[in-house]
Amino acid sequence: MNAWLTAAPILTPLTTAALCMVAWNYPMAQRVLSLGGSFALMVLAGMLAATTLDQGIQVVQMGAWAAPFGITLVADPLSALMIMIASIMGFCCALYALGDIDPVRERGGFHPIFQVLMVGVCGAFITGDLFNLYVWFEVMLISSFVLLSLGGTKVQIDGAVKYVAINLVATACLLLAVALLYGITGTLNMADLSQRLPQVANQGLVSAIAVLFIIAFGMKAALFPFFFWLPAAYHTPAVAVQAIFAGLLTKVGVYALLRVFTLIFTGDAGWTHSILLWMAGITMIVGALGSLAARDLTQAWSWQVVAHIGSMVMGLAIATPLALAATAFYLVHDIVVKTNLFLGAGLVRRLSGGADTAFARLGGLFKAAPWLCVLLFVPLASLAGFPPLSGFWGKLLLVKAGLETAHYVMVAALLVSGLLTIWLVGRVWAEMVWKAPAEPPADLLTSLPPGRAYALVLPLLFLSLITVSIGVNPDRLLNISARVGGSLHDTSAYVEAVLGGRAEPEPTLVGEVPHRTGDTP
Amino acid sequence: MSLAVGGMVAGAVYLFLSRQFLRILFGVILLSNAVNVAILTVGRLTQGQPPLIAKNADILAQGVSNPLPQALILTAIVIGFGLLSFALALGWRAYQEMGTLDTSAMRVAEPEDAP
Repeated sequence: MNAWLTAAPILTPLTTAALCMVAWNYPMAQRVLSLGGSFALMVLAGMLAATTLDQGIQVVQMGAWAAPFGITLVADPLSALMIMIASIMGFCCALYALGDIDPVRERGGFHPIFQVLMVGVCGAFITGDLFNLYVWFEVMLISSFVLLSLGGTKVQIDGAVKYVAINLVATACLLLAVALLYGITGTLNMADLSQRLPQVANQGLVSAIAVLFIIAFGMKAALFPFFFWLPAAYHTPAVAVQAIFAGLLTKVGVYALLRVFTLIFTGDAGWTHSILLWMAGITMIVGALGSLAARDLTQAWSWQVVAHIGSMVMGLAIATPLALAATAFYLVHDIVVKTNLFLGAGLVRRLSGGADTAFARLGGLFKAAPWLCVLLFVPLASLAGFPPLSGFWGKLLLVKAGLETAHYVMVAALLVSGLLTIWLVGRVWAEMVWKAPAEPPADLLTSLPPGRAYALVLPLLFLSLITVSIGVNPDRLLNISARVGGSLHDTSAYVEAVLGGRAEPEPTLVGEVPHRTGDTP
Repeated sequence: MSLAVGGMVAGAVYLFLSRQFLRILFGVILLSNAVNVAILTVGRLTQGQPPLIAKNADILAQGVSNPLPQALILTAIVIGFGLLSFALALGWRAYQEMGTLDTSAMRVAEPEDAP
């Protein structure tokens, strides 16, 4: 039963995608399937998270091949938490898409491809095998290519060209890093790797591979200096796609960094983690400055995605249990807020009746839709880190972790980045809500059929509620984050769960087919 | 073999430096093939010893070639081919839409006059 539950985050969206493809010519059926599948994923992910937190790490060996030979699926607290939050975002975006996606994109296969994206995201979160992680990244990547260019407007194609080019290179880097790691250890299982790497004679080579991983995952996560593709591409596709990209794709990169640099590459932390630390600091500042330079709402949010990636990686680079817990907390907070911001920007665009969200065209939102403003205020304030919303607690934890370990420069960078963000939020509020508009915005509920309007507003409401409830009652998430942080800092439980408490592995010669005597194949 | 990989990567990087999207794609082909050859090389090269389990044995004999890198390469080739065909189609579409494949001239998503 638990084995099926652990595989469910992959199987559920995969089944949904397959069913949606079967119903290719029936958009209505696809909508129902997509929403139902997303809902089922959310329920199952919640059950998996509860089971993992309750009974410890869940491990499934695919095809009953014992680790480290077969592919292992592992749901540890971090994976379970990420899958749960990702599935909630999936559901919200699927719901929003019902109201927003146009018939052309729907005919082009939006729903099945969206589900395939969720397969890739969940697969990357749950796999315990490095090559398998590469494969899930590819699944995610190819579906994100299609989603990005779906609709085929000129802007989209332009953004997609850059996104595709940079990601193809990142993919090759990742594959090369995985291959070299296999070359020196003879295994691809992450838990097994963490055991074997300290035994490798040439530790310099290990550090070189670690840097290759930083580059590969840094490109996916949009860390400085690999972030430039993100503001070029993220504002171009359909709103639901923007939101799920902003919420999940870069965060999968952060998750991969977290996993790899807490479990596998811990031997030379002084070298690799200080690289990460500097990258994180510069990312925070550059992202915040970039967002201030933007003259368009969605572009400003794209830059903010970059800025906050820096905060998370800072927690990873400091790597104390508190800092890792802060990163986990921040990940959850940021996924919710970023998805919400992009969905909100989509609504604002719809209200202003235009093709884009340039600041020059916005304004007068408070007069047109006061309640919507209240709703939009929640993610905005949380982004800036106003107490008592979720962003405040994430920043507080990070600052505390930074001060405890005397990383004063990083704390300063984090606070400056936060200050710039507050400035941006103030400007957005003035431009979007208070300023007299060039043309008055349309009324939301009367300009749309009522069913579609609800599909647009409900996800916002839901996500804002999550932000507020995390902010007002952070204890529960703080406890979970503390457990995540602890499990990332001391990975012996993870290793033991995967390898089944096997004694120290006997070192295998490089390239030798790994085998144990007495095993029958 | 390692030298061949190095040469291919160098060629790929040279192609990446071009402004033509098509050349960048050729660079990607070269790079992904370089990586595939690298996987084969790190799996250790042996000659004429297929990884077959003898009739009366349970496990592979020592010194046979390693079958896992080949499985990995097969996966990587399939994925790489899929990505490449998508990228080529995208490039064609970009040429139709914008009339150029010069990446410096593609400024639709980020107009140059923007601050």
